[in-house]
Amino acid sequence: MRLSSSDHLSLGDKLRHLNWAIVALITLIGLIGVALLYSAGGKNWQPWAFAQLTRFGMGLVIMLFLALVDIRFWLRAAYPLYWIMLFLLVVVEIMGHVGMGAQRWINLGFFVIQPSELMKIALTLALAKYFHGMSLEDIGHPIKLVMPVMMVLMPVGLVLLQPNLGTATLLMLASAGVFFTGGVRWWKFLIVFALVAAILPIGWHHLHDYQRARLMTFMNPGADPLGRGYNILQSKIALGSGGFFGKGFGQGTQSQLQFLPEKHTDFIFVVLAEEFGLFGALFLLALYGLLIAYGYLVALNCRNQFGRLTAFGLTTSFFLYVFVNIGMVTGTLPVVGIPLPLVSYGGTAMMTLLIGCGVLLGIALHRDMRLSRTGSYD
Amino acid sequence: MAGDSEQSRLFTRRAFLIGGVQASLFALLAGRVYYLDVIEGEKYRTLAEENRINLRLLAPRRGQIFDRNGAPLALNQQNFRVVLLPEQIDDLDELLDKLSLYIELTANDRKRIDRDLRNNDSLNAVVVKDNLTRDQMDAIAVRSSSLPGTDIDVGEVRSYPYGAATAHLLGYVGTVSDNDLDKADAEDDDDNDVLSIPGIRIGKNGVEKQYDEPLRGIAGDVEMEVNAHGNVVRELTRNDPDPGADLTLGIDIGLQQFAQQRLMKDEGASAVIMDIHTGEVRMMVSQPGFDPNLFTYGIAQDDWRHLNTDEHAPLMNKIITGVYAPGSTIKPMVAMAGLDSGILDPTEKVYCPGYFDLGDYRFHCWKHDGHGHVDLRGAIAGSCDTYFYTLGHRIGIDRIQAMAHRFGMGQKLGIDLPHERGGFVPSRTWKLATRRQSWQQGETLAAAIGQGYMLASPLQLAVMAARIANGGYAVTPHVARGWSRGGSSPLNQTPVFAAQNWPTMGLEPKHLATVQDAMAAVVNEPIGTAYAARIIKPNLSYAGKTGTAQVRHISESEREEGIIANDALPWKQRDHALFAGYGPVDNPRFSIAVVIEHGGSGGHTAAPIARDLMQECLERDKT
Repeated sequence: MRLSSSDHLSLGDKLRHLNWAIVALITLIGLIGVALLYSAGGKNWQPWAFAQLTRFGMGLVIMLFLALVDIRFWLRAAYPLYWIMLFLLVVVEIMGHVGMGAQRWINLGFFVIQPSELMKIALTLALAKYFHGMSLEDIGHPIKLVMPVMMVLMPVGLVLLQPNLGTATLLMLASAGVFFTGGVRWWKFLIVFALVAAILPIGWHHLHDYQRARLMTFMNPGADPLGRGYNILQSKIALGSGGFFGKGFGQGTQSQLQFLPEKHTDFIFVVLAEEFGLFGALFLLALYGLLIAYGYLVALNCRNQFGRLTAFGLTTSFFLYVFVNIGMVTGTLPVVGIPLPLVSYGGTAMMTLLIGCGVLLGIALHRDMRLSRTGSYD
Repeated sequence: MAGDSEQSRLFTRRAFLIGGVQASLFALLAGRVYYLDVIEGEKYRTLAEENRINLRLLAPRRGQIFDRNGAPLALNQQNFRVVLLPEQIDDLDELLDKLSLYIELTANDRKRIDRDLRNNDSLNAVVVKDNLTRDQMDAIAVRSSSLPGTDIDVGEVRSYPYGAATAHLLGYVGTVSDNDLDKADAEDDDDNDVLSIPGIRIGKNGVEKQYDEPLRGIAGDVEMEVNAHGNVVRELTRNDPDPGADLTLGIDIGLQQFAQQRLMKDEGASAVIMDIHTGEVRMMVSQPGFDPNLFTYGIAQDDWRHLNTDEHAPLMNKIITGVYAPGSTIKPMVAMAGLDSGILDPTEKVYCPGYFDLGDYRFHCWKHDGHGHVDLRGAIAGSCDTYFYTLGHRIGIDRIQAMAHRFGMGQKLGIDLPHERGGFVPSRTWKLATRRQSWQQGETLAAAIGQGYMLASPLQLAVMAARIANGGYAVTPHVARGWSRGGSSPLNQTPVFAAQNWPTMGLEPKHLATVQDAMAAVVNEPIGTAYAARIIKPNLSYAGKTGTAQVRHISESEREEGIIANDALPWKQRDHALFAGYGPVDNPRFSIAVVIEHGGSGGHTAAPIARDLMQECLERDKT
């Protein structure tokens, strides 16, 4: 299905061509989250399920609105958005709201924003825009890579200062994906990898005690079952006791009886696995798989480099959320505070993800649009 | 645009590559979930149940103890106490420091609390202090918010309404020691559960210790679903504890109290009365006593030191643990040995000049001027030492020793109380084995009047008298009478000891009659050493034998100058005063033993007490 003229899409066209199946998929995932929060709250709308439902509804509206935004707007706004987010990161660093031992939030009074979350989108857009303006030949010049590397390192550095190892890692990995698909050569990645390997021992000394402890706990969670390893062990107990079909909705003893820590945020997947078993866990994993596959489809079908890279970057971010979170709760990866996308309780992460989905849907709508390297019309 | 299509192809290639990596990582996650849920599911399901379910032990009510008429001797009283909830404690030391502002906590208390917490399976409350006063309770209750992890609850505590009167008999209860736990482990004790209940008290002495297991009962438990904070969500199953059985003793508490008061004046004394046919102990008192209620809350160190260092040994049950030279109280037994051997003719008279010469050594009779010519009856009644020197010399130590054993001396009688001692009866083989010396004839003479190596407990004296009085049956003593549940009604009691036909000792009835007649003369005829302590009422008359056991050596020079009177001697050097007997004279039912440590002469000190106790016993006895 091709649009006759993709340059000028009417609102009606856009609404008609919007991929409603994906909107339904996103809604389904979000509602699963609301249901799990209802169960985790002791089969009660309070304290989480209702708030989550409200926020999810608002987020969906914002997502649909953003889906209609012209891709050229994103191309133009990419750098300003990036600088705004960078500025906000500096602000949280200076006068951030203290929570969970790390400064990550800005309280706007009616809304708490987490710049590090929104930076994931802004950085993806900025990198996509940068590589969009490059020919493969340009990319071949190492000097041309200084700029995008700086673009990545500045926010990553600020996020590390917060300190938020998890988000910094996610930012780097997603950016690396954009660099890679943008055409940066293999061997340059190898050099960076070698450099990181060399810096790692020094970095270890600069980690916070709790971060070091988390890594150590990940290596051997049984060593201190009531201390650092408690979360992972309880998570595995709850998850593993679910069996094939789980204990039933609201019947998960480990999550209902508070053995499971952070069950409404980072460990919500375990509530699902305990109450709906392997079946429920694989079902949600499949839904995520579908959404990610759709992201790839959008990227591959897009006819401009900006859209491709943005779609790929956002999809990879989404994948990383899912992988790191489930990897963490199953004891496969260290405990880093990464929520399960669209399911975990929490405002900013969900908002960020829905904004990302909105941008992705928008790229799908404008996939046939050809954009000049400078951002003007082709 | 060629450049763009090249970029597009590169993007597609690389996107597929990364997509492939991401897909395999997803497969890895799926595999991991499958592994945890299915391969290791069983293990995690077990762990989940262990997480969720917590067992709390429920203390059984300890069985009560009653006297023969149903009067409660040991019962359980409500006890307000402050306890720790282990899961809510942050800093134990700080908490105990705060608590010690309102209640006294000794170093020992802290040690015990620490141990209880360590042995605890997290949910059982640990007792900090028992028996709070109203003021202490209020002080803590008001501050409960600043004392997180503490709680006040109502427990049960052992109470002994008759205090010191039953202290030795009943013993007392105390907290479980590491020693008790080791012992229970070694015995693979099924009731071990009870011992793990924090703050539980178990029998430490006396009847409480002897019958501890049935008195304890069986611990109940309640399975509770708990959340991660250890707070109880709901009860899953409950097994109510099985209360301990109630025990009725053969003791008459009225008689017991009477005896305790009668002995109170004396510094170290004991008295026991038993049924000569059943062996049931009717009264058992040891003085001085102590308040067993001191022990239920953990005894203060000062009290403990005082009890332990007192030279009158208040903690000791002298009836079973005190052993004394029996003195003349064994003369009836020695007479039985002579009669049984056929050597002794009870009518034959022996001349007593006040001494008996054996080779170069002179053995003195207590009566300086001598008894003159005495037969067996006169010798027992007047407690003539010379007669018994002569008798002992004739029959020899072997016969005395054998008869002493038949009467229960030199061995434990097997009374149902802990720490019984068997006394001692010397023999040739014993002397050879331990002293590497052969037996001396002089030692036989000492043994014949209950001096020398011979030792017996008051209980053994009472049993000896009982076996003479009951016609030569080897009765053994016991204190417990029957088990029951929920009270002391005799109707639903299960006897502790089945009615026994005691084995006969094979003594000639006429010999027994001879000795009985002589023992009656001790009390009831002017020649008797206890004549002053007779009971006039004919149906209450009693019989017995006095004894005055020398605890120091009297030198020849002292004898010449005149023996120092008991009153003039330090307490520790005075003679023990003893009495063993039975009553009534016709158709005897009870035997009695009284020992007054360093009390002087048996006739003057012990016999009047025996008279009062026997009279009280016979008057009280309605059966």
